[in-house]
Formats: sequence, structure tokens, C-alpha cells
Amino acid sequence: MKNMRAFQVSLVNCTTCFQVSRIEPMLKNRNAFCPRCGAELCRRKPNSLARTWALVIAASILYIPANVYPIMTVISFGKGEPDTILSGVQSLMASGMWPLAVLVFFASIAVPLIKLFGLTLLLISVQYQWQWRPRQRTILYRITEAVGRWSMIDIFMISILVALVRLEAIATIEPGVGATSFAAVVVLTMFAAMSFDPRLIWDALEKRHA
Amino acid sequence: MPSTIIACQDCDLLHRPRQLRDGQRAMCSRCGAVLYRRKRNSLDYTVVFSLSALIFFLMANVFPFMTFKYEGRVQESVLFSGVKELFVQDLWAVAILVLIVSVVFPLLKITGMLYVLLPLKVNRRPWKASNIFRMVEALHPWAMVDVYMLGVIVAMVKLSDFATIVPGAALYSFAALLIFMAAAGATLDPHDVWERLEVVERV
Ligand SMILES: [Zn+2]
Ligand SMILES: [Zn+2]
Repeated sequence: MKNMRAFQVSLVNCTTCFQVSRIEPMLKNRNAFCPRCGAELCRRKPNSLARTWALVIAASILYIPANVYPIMTVISFGKGEPDTILSGVQSLMASGMWPLAVLVFFASIAVPLIKLFGLTLLLISVQYQWQWRPRQRTILYRITEAVGRWSMIDIFMISILVALVRLEAIATIEPGVGATSFAAVVVLTMFAAMSFDPRLIWDALEKRHA
Repeated sequence: MPSTIIACQDCDLLHRPRQLRDGQRAMCSRCGAVLYRRKRNSLDYTVVFSLSALIFFLMANVFPFMTFKYEGRVQESVLFSGVKELFVQDLWAVAILVLIVSVVFPLLKITGMLYVLLPLKVNRRPWKASNIFRMVEALHPWAMVDVYMLGVIVAMVKLSDFATIVPGAALYSFAALLIFMAAAGATLDPHDVWERLEVVERV
């Protein structure tokens, strides 16, 4: 069993309950279900590369309106001041709230970029069957998957501000269309990370040796 | 301890599980992923923390969330106000997303967890247990109570320049909800739950 991988010995790992089951080679094209939890068994996540590419490309396109259009507008005494993702971070920096500025910069700017570039790198590396640092690439995948949800901070912040600041003539905060695009980027990149199968990184190693 | 053989989630390498001591965890020898952990009285802790989380969830949705004071004007909001206001302002997609990840999914996660774990405490298997527990596990990244709390803090700091923000009882309840949900997640041992579900089925 030393250094054997599940698929090499016709075993499949249930991604839900972690039970390892035997999968009959002749049943390859039929759906198999985990005897313990009933989840569908797949040797690898289905169409992992195509799905992840589609979601990454869609998210990259939406990333542009998400950063160009205002995510909210602060209207005080009739004058409106639109805020984009970037200007939100800048105004936090300008008012000297450094810890918060760093947090928002990380969640709203760094995390989406890490996810888009990280997933693109992982996709290319699997497609061209790179042998380079599989362990580090697996760690990159785990980071990409774990940090994604934190980008929602800005969306939640907007929902709280629009609910709190509703003093008609004096001050109101209106949400902007950028918020919709940004929320879509967060959700799409989360789905993209979920549809990528890190085991493909390790499959490429054996393909080369074989 | 997992049964006979396990495969790494991240690289598919097969491992023969070893008996662990409390608090220990087994890691994949090739890619470093955590294979399984051993937690003390996992089921008891998770049930207690989930029950507490449920109570604070209800409180967070009933009491006033925050009060905004500006030059004598007072504006009170509840947890749901943000969703309502986004709807009014025509950002319905964002409104639905916020509603789902900050209210619906956390509630589903807590109640689903209790639905499966409470009967397991008395060695019973509830109806559709594996489907429900599968859902609980899948909801994990989408129940964003912790992220929401940071959004609250950022919003409060942004407004603190020109207005007074008074946190309401719901905000403290929400903070408690966050802590108990995190505690329930940290004490949960999914391997143990799946094994128990398998055993009670046979009885
Ligand atoms: Zn299973
Ligand atoms: Zn591994």
C-alpha cells in the first residue's frame, strides 16, 4: 500500500463522508453511490478543468465592472459621493484607520486577485502537466479555497450602511451597481475553487512517469 | 478513528489510519492535508454549542441590531433591515445573497446539525440523516456569520467619524452566535458522526 493512490487500485474516496469504496471498472460509465452516505462517487470532480475555467473567466470579466462602478454612494445634504472598492480602502487609509484599511484591502482587493491568479496558475499547471512543486500548489489551492468567503465583508458593510443611514435630507447611503458585480465575483470564484480538483495536480505526476 | 483505509482528499494517497490520542491529528505524508483528528467528547460539545448558537440566532433576529444617532435624529435597525433596504433600492440579487448567507444558511446549518446529532446522542438515526448531514457539511463555507461580523465592524468604524452608533442587544447576540458556531464547528468530528450513523443504522 506504500505510496499507492486510491484510483490506482480501483478505489474511490467519498468526498462527503471520507469512506473509501471499491469501484468496479466495468461500472465506469454508470453512476455509483457511496454505500455509507449515499453521495455520488466520482473518481475526480466531474469536468473539473472546464467548469473551473468557465467560472474563472466569468469572474475575471465581472471583476472589471466590480471595480469601475461605485459600490455605494454617500449622499449628504443633496451632494452625492460615489465610492468604489478602491476608493473605500483609500478613504479608510486617509482617515488613519490603518488596521481596518489593511483588512479591507486584503479582503476586497487582494483576495479576489489571489483567487483569480491562483486558480489560473493551477489550471494551466494541470493542463500542461507541470511536475513543479505539487505540494506547494496543493497548499496554494487550500489557501484559495479558504480565503474566498472573506471578500464578502464589503457587501455586508454596504447592507449595514444602507439600513442605518436613512435620514432623507441630511444623509443617505445608496448601494451601487458595482456591488452586484462584486458579489457575483465573490460567488463565482468560490464556486470555481470548489469545482477545481487538487488531485489532478498529483495525477499529472504519474502521467509523465507512465 | 476511521475504519480500515482512508484516502487523502487533496492528493488521493492511501493511508492506514492509526489510533490517535485526544487532540492529535493525522496528516497526509505527501501533501500535508489534515486527514482526521481525534476530539474529546466531540458529540456532546457540538450539541451544546449548537443549542446555544440557536438561542443566540433567535435573539439576534428579534432585538434591535444597531441605533444610529446623528444631530438629534435617531435611526434604529434590525438584522433584517439591510436586506429590506437593498430590495427597496433595486439590488435584489445582492439582497437575496445577503439574506441567504447571513440568515438562511446559518439557521439551516445549526438546525440541521441538531437534527442529526441530538438523536445520535440516544443512538437513534433520524429520517434522511445522511442527506441532512451532507447538507450541513456542504453549507460550511456559505454560512457567513463570521464574515458578516467583520462587515459590521467596518461599517461602525466608517460611521464613527460623524455619527454615534449604539450597538443593540441583537449585535451582542450575533457576536455570541458567531462564537458558538465557531466552537461547534471546531468540536465537530465528521468522521465520528459518519461512523455513528453507520452503526446505529445496523441496530
Ligand atoms: Zn460517502
Ligand atoms: Zn495528501
